[in-house]
Amino acid sequence: MEKDIILKVENLSKQYRLGLVGTGTLGHDLNRWWSKIRGKEDPYLKIGESNDRSRKGESEYVWALKDINFDVERGEVVGIIGKNGAGKSTLLKILSKVTGPTTGEIKTKGRIASLLEVGTGFHPEMTGKENVFLNGAILGMTKKEIQSKLKEIVEFSGCERYIDTPVKRYSSGMTVRLAFAVAAHLDPDILVVDEVLAVGDAEFQKKAIGKMQDISNSQGRTVLFVSHNMAAVKSLCTRAIVLQHGKTVFEGETHKAVDFYLKSDEANTQAHYINKKPNKSSDILEVSMRDDQNNICGLFGFEEQIILQVKLKVSQDIVEYGSVGFRIRDQFERVVFSSEIDLHQFIKKDGNYIANVKFPKAVLLPSEYRVIIGYHVPNKEKIRSLFDVVDFKIEETGTIFHKYQGVDFGCVMLDCKWSMNSVKN
Amino acid sequence: MANKNDNWLYTISPKQKLIDLNLKEIWYYKDLLLLFVKRNVITVYKQTILGPLWYFIQPLFTSVIFTLIFNNMANIPTGDGVPSFLFNLAGITCWNYFKECLTGTSNTFSQNQGLFGKVYFPRVIVPLSVVLTNLVKYGIQILVFIGFYIYYAFFTDKAGGASPKSAIIFIPMLIFFMGILGLGLGMIISSMTIKYRDLKFLISFGVQLLMYGSAVMYPLSFFKEKLPNISWVVEYNPMTTIIEAFRYMTLGVGDYSLPKMVYTALFSIVVFLLGLIIFNKTEKSFIDTI
Repeated sequence: MEKDIILKVENLSKQYRLGLVGTGTLGHDLNRWWSKIRGKEDPYLKIGESNDRSRKGESEYVWALKDINFDVERGEVVGIIGKNGAGKSTLLKILSKVTGPTTGEIKTKGRIASLLEVGTGFHPEMTGKENVFLNGAILGMTKKEIQSKLKEIVEFSGCERYIDTPVKRYSSGMTVRLAFAVAAHLDPDILVVDEVLAVGDAEFQKKAIGKMQDISNSQGRTVLFVSHNMAAVKSLCTRAIVLQHGKTVFEGETHKAVDFYLKSDEANTQAHYINKKPNKSSDILEVSMRDDQNNICGLFGFEEQIILQVKLKVSQDIVEYGSVGFRIRDQFERVVFSSEIDLHQFIKKDGNYIANVKFPKAVLLPSEYRVIIGYHVPNKEKIRSLFDVVDFKIEETGTIFHKYQGVDFGCVMLDCKWSMNSVKN
Repeated sequence: MANKNDNWLYTISPKQKLIDLNLKEIWYYKDLLLLFVKRNVITVYKQTILGPLWYFIQPLFTSVIFTLIFNNMANIPTGDGVPSFLFNLAGITCWNYFKECLTGTSNTFSQNQGLFGKVYFPRVIVPLSVVLTNLVKYGIQILVFIGFYIYYAFFTDKAGGASPKSAIIFIPMLIFFMGILGLGLGMIISSMTIKYRDLKFLISFGVQLLMYGSAVMYPLSFFKEKLPNISWVVEYNPMTTIIEAFRYMTLGVGDYSLPKMVYTALFSIVVFLLGLIIFNKTEKSFIDTI
C-alpha cells in the first residue's frame, strides 16, 4: 500500500543571528545586498554553527534548525521531543508559517492550523461570544463554521453563563477554557500543537488530552505534538522525532524515541564528577550516575534502574573505621533518603574501589535530585564531603500522577496496599 | 514518489516572488477582516461616557479652533460666501482619514507582534482592517459635515457662495486614493520600523508637519500667492490635491484639474504597490528581527 504522505519536510534549516540586532545590521544588510547584485551567495549563509547554547561559539550566526527531513502520513500523531533550545519551537513556528525557513521547504497536502498558544487575539473588552468568533477567525475558521459549532464550543468550555460578559471579568481559568474550546473545534487537516496542555486545572487537562486523543483517533486527523511531557507524548503519539541542537537525532516509534531522549548525552554533564586533586591517602575519586548498562546517565525514566557509582581510594588506616554514605536531596533541598555503609563490611585492605549503589526501582517520583556524598570516620575525621556533587532527573514517563502539573506529591512513591470492599448502607 | 509531488496544496519555502499577494487567501479570511473592523470599532470607546460621540467632537473642536486662529485671527480667506468653519471641517475630515490610516497602519508589526508570533493569517488583513475601520469613522464625520452644510445653506445666509459641483460623484474615488495612500505609506513605515526604530519618532511629528503642507487650513491659491517660491512643495503633495478636490466637489472652491488627479492617482497606486511589496517581504521574517 502506498503511503499517503500529507506533510513533507525537506532539508529545512533556519539561521538566527545572535547578539543585539542594531549596530552593524545596516552593514550586514549592505554586504548581503552587494553580494546579491553580483549574483553571489549570501555571505552569512555559509557561516554559522550548531546551536549549542552552553558553549561559546565563534560565529554570530547559529543554526536553530539544520537539515531537518521527515514525512508525516495522514492520520499519524507525531511527537516532537527535545530539550529546551533543541529547535522544537522554531520548527513549530515555521510549520505554522509564523516565520520563514532560511533554506529548505515544507510541502503539505492539507490546511495546517497551529496552536502555539490558546486564546491568541482575545480582547478583554469583548464578550465571550465575540471573542469566540474573533479567535476562531484568527485560527482560520470562517464565520459560518464558528456559527455552526458555537453551541458545542460554549458547552465544552463550561462558560455558558458568562458568554455575554466581557472576557476581562473572567477568571484566568475560564479564559483558558474558552480559548481551548475554540481551538479544540478547529477542523484543519493538520493540527500543530505546542505545550498548550500545560494550562488549566487537572479536570480540564484531562478533558484537553481526551479531546486530543479523540481528534486523532476517531476523526483521523494528523497531529504534530510538541511537548516536554513524556507521559502525554507516550499516550498520544504513534511516532516521535527527537531534536538535538537543531538536528534530528532520532525518528521512530514513540517509546524508543522517548528512551533515546532520556539516554541522550546532553543531560549528563552533571551526572559525572571527577576529583582533580585527590588526597594522597584516602579520597573520593569519582562520582557518577549510571544506568543498568553502566553508562553515565543523568536522566531516567520512572521505572528505570538508577545506579550511583563512587570510586574511592582507601588507605589502610581507614579500612577499619571509615564509612561512606550519601544523601539524596530534592530541588527544595529536602533530604529524601540517605544510606551509609561501613567500609570494613566490604573490604579488608587498602586500594582503589568502585562502589555501586542500586536504588530501588520506581520509588523516586519524577523530579530533579542532587547527591551529597560523605567519606569519613564517624565522629572523628571528615575525609571528604561533596555537596550536590552530581545530579539527576527522573522524567515523567507515566506515573499515576502525570495528569497533574505543579502539585507536590512528595518525593517517593511507596507501594501502599489498597483494598476496597463494597458496603451496604 | 515523484508522481505524487504535483498535488501539494502549498509549500512553505524561503523563496518568494516580488508580490506574493494571495488574493484567494485574503478572500478566505474575509470574516477575520470584518471581525477585526468590528473589534476596532466597538472597543475604542468602551467605558467612555460619550462613546462614539468622540467621533464628532474631535473634528468639530479642531475646526472651531482653526477657524478662530487661521481665519478670524490670521485672516486667511476661504473663498467668497464659503463659511470658514465648513471649509476647515472639510479639510480636517479628509486629513483625519488619511492621518489615521497612516498612523494606524504604521505600527502594524510592533503592535501585533504577540499575535503575529503565534498564528498565521495573511498579515495584510490587519492594516486593511485599520483602513476599513477608519472608513466607518470617516463616514460618520462626513455626516457631521453634511449636517453643518445643510444648516449653513438653509438656515443662514452665510453659505451663498457654496454649492456642490457635479464632480461630487467622484468622491468615492478620492476616498479610495486617500485610503491606499495612507495604507501604502503606513505599510512601508511599519516594515521599516522593525529594524530601524527611529522612524517611530519621525512619524509622530512628521505627520503633524505634513498637515501644514497639505492645504488643510488654507486654500492652495492663497499659499501660491503668499509664498510662490516654495508653493511646489504643497502643490505636489497628493494630499493637497485630494483635499482641494474634495472642497471643490462639495463647496465649489478649490483647485481641481484632471492632470493633477491623474498624478495623485498614480502616486497613490505606486506608493500602495511599493508598500505591499515591502510589507510582503517583511512579514515572513519580521518575527526574528523585531
